[in-house]
Amino acid sequence: MPLVKNGTEIDNIWAFVPDEGDLSPGGCITVSLGRFRSERDILLARNTDIGVRLEPGDDPHELEEYLDRLQLIEISFPKYTDGRGYSQAQLLRRRFGYTGELRAVGHVLRDQIFYMNRSGFDAYETARADLHEVVNALEEYSDVYQPAAGDRTPVYRKRHES
Amino acid sequence: MYRYDEFDARIVSERVSQFRGQVKRRMAGTLLEDEFKPLRLQNGVYLQLHAYMLRVAIPYGQLSGRQLRQLAIVARDYDRNYGHFTTRQNIQFNWVALKDIPDVLAKLAEVEMHAIQTSGNCIRNVTSDHYAGATKDELMDPRPWCEIIRQWSTFHPEFAFLPRKFKIAVTAAEHDRAAIRVHDIGLHIRKRGDVVGFEVHVGGGQGRTPHLATLVNEFVPEAQLLDYLEAIMRVYNRFGRRDNKYKARIKILVSELGEAEFRRLVEEEYAAQRENEKIDLPQAEIDRIHAYFAPPELAAKPDKSSAFEALKAEDTEFARWARINLHPHKTPGYTSITVSLKPIGGLAGDATDAQMMTVAHLAETYAYDDIRVSHAQNLVLPHVALDDLPDVYRELKAAGLHTANESLITDMIVCPGLDYCNLANARSIPVGQAVQEVFADPDYQEDIGRLHINISGCINACGHHHVGHIGILGVDKKGEEFYQITFGGRADEKAAIGDIAGPGLKADDVPGALKRVVDTYRELRADKGELFIETLARLGHDPFKEALYAAG
Repeated sequence: MPLVKNGTEIDNIWAFVPDEGDLSPGGCITVSLGRFRSERDILLARNTDIGVRLEPGDDPHELEEYLDRLQLIEISFPKYTDGRGYSQAQLLRRRFGYTGELRAVGHVLRDQIFYMNRSGFDAYETARADLHEVVNALEEYSDVYQPAAGDRTPVYRKRHES
Repeated sequence: MYRYDEFDARIVSERVSQFRGQVKRRMAGTLLEDEFKPLRLQNGVYLQLHAYMLRVAIPYGQLSGRQLRQLAIVARDYDRNYGHFTTRQNIQFNWVALKDIPDVLAKLAEVEMHAIQTSGNCIRNVTSDHYAGATKDELMDPRPWCEIIRQWSTFHPEFAFLPRKFKIAVTAAEHDRAAIRVHDIGLHIRKRGDVVGFEVHVGGGQGRTPHLATLVNEFVPEAQLLDYLEAIMRVYNRFGRRDNKYKARIKILVSELGEAEFRRLVEEEYAAQRENEKIDLPQAEIDRIHAYFAPPELAAKPDKSSAFEALKAEDTEFARWARINLHPHKTPGYTSITVSLKPIGGLAGDATDAQMMTVAHLAETYAYDDIRVSHAQNLVLPHVALDDLPDVYRELKAAGLHTANESLITDMIVCPGLDYCNLANARSIPVGQAVQEVFADPDYQEDIGRLHINISGCINACGHHHVGHIGILGVDKKGEEFYQITFGGRADEKAAIGDIAGPGLKADDVPGALKRVVDTYRELRADKGELFIETLARLGHDPFKEALYAAG
C-alpha cells in the first residue's frame, strides 16, 4: 500500500504485530494500545523502534508519558466516516506535544487528507490515492479559519497582521 | 450584513474547484458513490426521490437583494423556476442536475454564497432570530457571533466526521424565535455587567427521540466561547455513539451519560486546554465582524405614519395584513414585515423565481437591502418605514405574497414528505393543504390567533411536529398512511415536546378533527387573548382529545 510522508512516497519499514503475534523478530514494529499496556516493559526494552496503533475508541492520554519513547503512532480509520481519529491526533500533537510520526492507516481517502494533515498527521497509508493526489489534497485551500495542529495561521490573525 | 474579504472569497472559490474535481472524479468512476456520498453531502447535495437536491446555506437566514436575485436566477436556469426555503433558514433546489452543480456553486460564489456543510455529519448552518438587529426585545444583535461561529466551524478539521449532524442556534431575545432548546447547541446571549456571554444549552433535538436541551453552562464569557464550543465538540466527537445512527446525536450522549457527567466531561476537557490550543480571537477581529452588522441608518420618523393609517382605514384587507404580519421594530416609525410563503393551498416555503425577484427589489428599494429567512419558512424584511408599507404591500400583492397569516393556524411548517423525500413514510403537503382549507377564512384564523401546526411526513421530524402547538406526524401502517396528533409542543423560551393524543387518524379525517379541537378551544378559552397553547396548559389535554376523536 502506498505510504506518503511529507510530500513524497516512502518505503514502509514498519510492521504491525497483531495481539497474538510474535514480538521476537527485529525491525520496527507497532502494536495495539492493549498490548502496549500489558507488555510495555518488554517492548520499551527492545533495541528497535517501537510504535503504537490506536483504534478509534482508544484514549491517547494513555500514551502521554511514553511519547518520547515512541517513534510512530498509527491512528486507525476502520471506516473513513468515523472521525474519532482526528481528535486523537489533535490531542497527541497539541496537548501532549508528540513530535514523532503520526500516520493515518486504514480507510484513508484522498478527500480526508486535508483534514488529517490539519489535525496533525504527517503520513498517510492509502490504497485509494496516489502521491500526486495526496499532494494536491494538501494544497486545496490556501487559508484556514481556525487554528489546529501544524503551523497554518488562521485568517483571523492574518487579517490583523500589518 | 457580513461581506467577504479576500480570504473568505478565496476559500469559497477553492471550494467550488474542489467540488468540481470531486464531481469529475465521480463521473469518471475513480471516486465510488460510497466515497462520494459524504463529500457531496458536505456540499449540500442529496440524492432525493426524483433527482439530486442542492441545499444552499443562508447563514443565520440573512440575504441581500443581490443574493436573492441570484437564487432566483439559479431557480430559473437550473431548476423548475422555484426554490424551497427550509426550517433551517436555507434554500433547497429540488431539480438540479449533478453535472450542473459546480456551475451553480460558482454562480453562488459570485454573490458570496455557498453550500458548505449544509448537510453531512458536520457542523451545519448556524441559525438565529429572523428579527435579529431589528426587534425591540433583543439584548443585542446575535448575528456577529453567528458569523464568528460560521467561520470557526467552516472546514473545522477535527469535526468534519462527527457521529451525526450538528446544529447550533443563537438568540439574544427573551422571546426565543430561534428554537434554541431543540438544537444540538443553543446559545442565549446574556450580559453580566459589561461582559457579554452565552448561556449554553446542549442536547436538544427532534427526530425519533425528541429532547429539550440541558443547560450546561449559565455564562461563558464571549472571549471563551469558541474554546468552550471546541470542548463540547471534542467530547461529542470522541464519545458520541457511532454504532446506531438513530442514537448518534449529542442529545443521546447527554441523556445516556446524564447531565452531571456530561457537564463534568466538558468542563474537564475545557480545563485541560493548553495555551497553544486556545483560539484567542483578537479583539480587532471581533470588532471587525461586529462592524458589518451596524444597524442601518434609519431617518428619524414619528411613531405614526399618516400614509399607513390612511390605507388601513380604507382597505380592510391591508389593515388585516398589517395587524398580523408586522413585528415591532426598535426604531419608531419602522417595522419588520413577514412575507408569508404560506398561501392557502400552496407549498409551504416555496417561492418562484419571479417572487424572489420581487422581494429582492423590495428589499433594495424600501428595506435597506436586508432580507431574512425565518425558521417558519417565510421571508422577512426587517427594516421598513411605516410610510412605505402601502407601496410594499401593493407589490407583494401583485406577486401573490400578501397572505396575512404570520403565526396563525395556516402558517404551518410542512416538510416535503413522501411527495419528494426519500425518508418519508407519508405525504405531508396534501394534508397540510387540506388543513389550511378548513381554516382558510381570514376572520376565523384571526379569531383563533397564534396557533402553530407543524407537520412531518416521518419520524425524522423535519416538519418540527414535536414542537407544534398541534403536531401532525405521518406514519405508515401496512401500506396505509395514518396521522398521529400531538398537543402542547412549543419551540420558544417555554419549549416543550408535544404529547401524542391517541391513535392515528386517516388523512381525510385530519382537517375535520382539528377543526373540532380548535372550536373546542374557542368555546373554552378564558377570553380572546388566551392562546390555544395557554388554554391547553390551563385545562389539560382531555377536552381536546375528546374533540379530536368525537366523530367516531
